Amino acid sequence: MRIYISLIVIATIVLGAVLFIFKDETLQKSASNQTSTGVQSYQLSNGMKILVLENHRAPVVVSQVWYKVGGSYEHDGITGVSHVLEHMMFKGTPRHPSGEFSEIIAANGGKENAFTSKDYTAYFQRISSDKLPICIEMEADRMVNLSLEEDEFIKEVEVVKEERRLRTDDKPTSLTFERFNAAAYANSPYRRPIIGWMEDLDSMSIDDLRHWYRTWYAPNNATLVVVGDVSADDVFSLAKQYFGPLSAVELPATKPRYEAEQYGTQRISVQLPAKIPTLIMGYKTPVLKSAVSEKSVEKWEVYALEVLSGLLDGGESARLTRNLVRGKQLVTSVGASYNPYALHEGLFVFSAIPAGDHAIDVLEFAIKEEIKAIQDNPPAQDELDRVIAQVVAGNVYEQDSSFYQAMQIGILETVGLGWQTKDEYIEQVKAVTAEQVQQVAIKYFTAKNLTVAVLDPLPIEQKKTPASSGKPVAGGRHGQ
Amino acid sequence: MVNKKISIVRKLLALLVATGLFSGSFSVYAITDIQTWQTGNGAKVLYLPSTGLPMVDIRIVFDAGSARDNGISGLAALTNGLLAEGAGGKTAQQLAEGFESVGAQFSNDSLRDMAIVGVRTLTDKDYLQTAVDTLITLLTQPDFNQKEYERELARMKVSVTARKQSPSSIAEEAFYKAIYGDHPYAQPSGGTEESLKRLGLDDIKAFYKQYYVAKNAVIIIVGDMEQPRAAEIANKLTASLPAGEKPLPLPKVKPLSDEKIIHIEYPSKQSHIYVGQPGTWRGDKDYFALYLGNHSFGGSGFTSRLVDTIREQRGLAYSVYSYFSPMREAGPFKMGMQTRADQTDEAVSLLKTELVKFINQGPTEQELKDSVDNVVGSFPLNLDSNSKLLGYFAMIGFYDLPKDYLQTFVANIEAVSRDDIKDALKRRLHADKMVTVIVGSSIGNSGE
Repeated sequence: MRIYISLIVIATIVLGAVLFIFKDETLQKSASNQTSTGVQSYQLSNGMKILVLENHRAPVVVSQVWYKVGGSYEHDGITGVSHVLEHMMFKGTPRHPSGEFSEIIAANGGKENAFTSKDYTAYFQRISSDKLPICIEMEADRMVNLSLEEDEFIKEVEVVKEERRLRTDDKPTSLTFERFNAAAYANSPYRRPIIGWMEDLDSMSIDDLRHWYRTWYAPNNATLVVVGDVSADDVFSLAKQYFGPLSAVELPATKPRYEAEQYGTQRISVQLPAKIPTLIMGYKTPVLKSAVSEKSVEKWEVYALEVLSGLLDGGESARLTRNLVRGKQLVTSVGASYNPYALHEGLFVFSAIPAGDHAIDVLEFAIKEEIKAIQDNPPAQDELDRVIAQVVAGNVYEQDSSFYQAMQIGILETVGLGWQTKDEYIEQVKAVTAEQVQQVAIKYFTAKNLTVAVLDPLPIEQKKTPASSGKPVAGGRHGQ
Repeated sequence: MVNKKISIVRKLLALLVATGLFSGSFSVYAITDIQTWQTGNGAKVLYLPSTGLPMVDIRIVFDAGSARDNGISGLAALTNGLLAEGAGGKTAQQLAEGFESVGAQFSNDSLRDMAIVGVRTLTDKDYLQTAVDTLITLLTQPDFNQKEYERELARMKVSVTARKQSPSSIAEEAFYKAIYGDHPYAQPSGGTEESLKRLGLDDIKAFYKQYYVAKNAVIIIVGDMEQPRAAEIANKLTASLPAGEKPLPLPKVKPLSDEKIIHIEYPSKQSHIYVGQPGTWRGDKDYFALYLGNHSFGGSGFTSRLVDTIREQRGLAYSVYSYFSPMREAGPFKMGMQTRADQTDEAVSLLKTELVKFINQGPTEQELKDSVDNVVGSFPLNLDSNSKLLGYFAMIGFYDLPKDYLQTFVANIEAVSRDDIKDALKRRLHADKMVTVIVGSSIGNSGE
C-alpha cells in the first residue's frame, strides 16, 4: 500500500533537506537524478552564470536565482542564518519596499517561493513568459540592495522559530533525524540543521544577517536558471541589462571540509513522547564531487551507489519492500536514500518503522542481511534492467515539469558539478555492472562507517486540566 | 527538439491567456481537443491528446472513496490499496515488476470522494502494452487473498497509531468529526483503531464488487496517443468490469447549529488551530464567488490578509491560510495555523476577528481587483503539464462539471462582483456557528 506509511519516514528526510519560505505542498517534491539536453549558457562579465532551457509546450516560464550558500556554509553559533536571510529577502529594498515583491508578482499572475538547503539558497517565480523581465529586474534589485531593517528581522525570526517548531520540534521523526545527523558527522558541516538550532535563532542578530548578505550575495556567487517559453538570447539580454551592472565581490575562500575518519559504529537513542519507534541507519558515502576532488574515489563508484539505491528502494518491486515488507513482514515501511549531488560527502540512509511488535534491533539485523546479500552476490541482471528502465523512462517524464528541470540544472551548477553532468547520467548508470554494485556495497557498508539512531517512544503524557482530560470536550474553553 | 511540435497543451493555454485579455470570447479549439464518450458498458471517458513527449497518463476514478465506507472507516482505502497486492494469480511482486520493468509508474489513492488507480507510461508499443495489461489485471481481477489482507490491515493500523503522535493529524481528525457529525465525511479515510477491528475481507470483496464497476468509473487519458488507441484502451480497461450501477447520492451535509470549541490537550510546543464549517461543493453556483472572495482573505499566500495580520505584522505563525475545498457534497471551509502554545488565545482571537470582518464586509474593491488579476493571470500555470491537465480532467469528469469548465473558468471569475461575494459569504458562512479545534498544551508551556 503506497499511500499511508511511506510518508512517515521519508517525509522526515525530504522535508529536512529543503526549507521553503512559504508552505506550498505542490512544490515539496525533491529533485532526483535524470537528464535532458538543450541547456544554453552564458556568463556575464561580473561572473554571474545564466542557464536557459527552452521549452515551448506552454506560454509560461520558471525563473530561479541560485546562490552558493546554505546550511553547510555556516559555522557553530550562527546556524540557520542562511535560511533566515532567505526569509528577509522578501522584506524589501529602497526601490521595492517590504511586501512589494510579492504583490507585483501576484498582480502579474505569478507564483513565487524560495528555498534553502544545505548547499544552496534559491528564489523562484513561475509566471507567463512575457512577464519574465519583471522577475529579473526585482531579483537583481534584491541581490545587492536589500534593506535588512532590524524591526522586520525581529518579527521574521519569530516566524522562523514557529517554522522550526512546526517542522522539527513537534515531529518526533524529524527531531530524531536532526540528532542522527548531529551524531553521524564529526566535523562535516552537514552535522548542523539547515533551519538552525533554536539556541542560535534565539541569539541571532540583524548584524549576523547583514554580514552574511554582504559576504555571499553577489553576481559572481549566483546562477540564473530559466526554463520555459522564452528565447535564450532574450534571457541573456535581460540578464545583461539588469544583473550586468552589479559588481562582483571578493568571495571567501571555501575550505574543503572533508569529514574526518570514523572509528566504529556510532549509536544514539532519542527518547521522545511518540507512538511509533523508528530506525535510521546511515553509512558514510562519497558523492560525485568527491570523485572530482579525491583520488581514492572513482566516478563509477558514485553511479554504482546510485544503482544500488535503485535496487534497494526503486519502487515496489525493489528489494527492501519485497523482502522486508512483503517477505519477512518485519517492517511497516522501509526506505533507502542517497544523494550523489551534494557538495560534501554524505550518508546512504536507511529508515524503517517496525511491523507488529518486532524490535528495532531485529530491523537493523534484517537491513544488514539485505546489505550482506549484495556484498556476497552481485545482483541479477533483471534487477539492474529494471533500474535502468526506470531511469530512461524518468528522463521522459521529468520533461513534463519545467520546475523540476530547472531544479536539476540549478543544483548541479551550484554544487560545482556543472549542468552538463545531467547529460551523462543515463550513460553512466547504464555502464554500471553487477560486480561494481557489489564492490561499493563491500567498500562503504562497513560497521566502521555506520551510525544508528533510534526513536524510542516515551508515553505522550496528557496534562490534566479541569476542562480537558485528553478527550475532545465540546464547549470547553482554552487558556488559563 | 521540444519546440518542433506545438502541442495541444500550448494551443489551449495560448487561448486561455488571450481570454484573460479579451474576456468572454472563446475559440472552439480546446472544446474540440477534449473529447468525451462512454464505453460500451457505461464508463465515462475523457481524452486529451498532448503531443511532444512520448508518454501517456491513464487514470481511472471511481465514486468509491471513504464516503462509501458505510460505517467501516478505512474500507475504501484498504480495498483500493489491495488491488496491487495480488491479481489474476500474479503476486504483488510480479505486478510491481510488470510496471517497473518498462519504467511505468503505477499510482493509487483513496480520498473521501474518489478512489483512484492510474499509470504513467512511455508510449513505445511494447512498453505501453505491458503497462496497460498489468493495470487491467489488477483493476479487474484482484485476488484479495487473506495473507495480503492481514498484512496491509496491520500496516494501516500502524498509520492510525502514527496519527496520534502528530498534533496536526489529531486536529484534522477532530475538525472533520466536529463539522460533519454523522455524515460519512466525518470519518478519516485511513480508518480508526475501532473500525479497523471490524474491517473484514468479506467487506472488501463486497465493496469492490459494488463500486469498482463500469458505470461508476471515469477514465482520463492525457498524452501522446491517437484517439482510436485511447478508445481501445478505455474499452479494454472496462470490458472485464461488470456494468453495475452508479451508487446512490451521498447524504446532504447538515449545517452546524451551534458554535463548537474543542480543545485537545497535547504536549506540543505549538498549538494547532483550525476554524471552519461545511463550505461548498463542486457545481455550486456560489463557488466562484466564494473561491474568489477567499483568495485575498487566506488563499493567496503572502498577499493575503491572514498572512499579513498573523505572520507579517506579528510573527505569530509560519503557515496561516484559509480555503474552500469543494467536494461532491459540501467540503470544508477551513482556516488553519500553528503557533507557540502561549500565544494561542491571541491567535484564535485574531483569526475570529478577521473572519467576522471578512464575512461582513468581503474583500475591498482593490483586493477583488488584485485577486482577479492573480487568478486570471496565473491560470495558465495550472495547466502547463500533462499531470496538471490530468488532475483537472479527472475533476471535471468525476464531478460532472461542464465540458467547457476550463475554457469558461476565466470568464466565470471575471463575472464575479464584490456584491456577489458579500452576498455569498453572508449566506454561506456563519461566524456564530463555527467549529474551532485547538490541539496543544494549555498550561505551563511558554515556548522558548
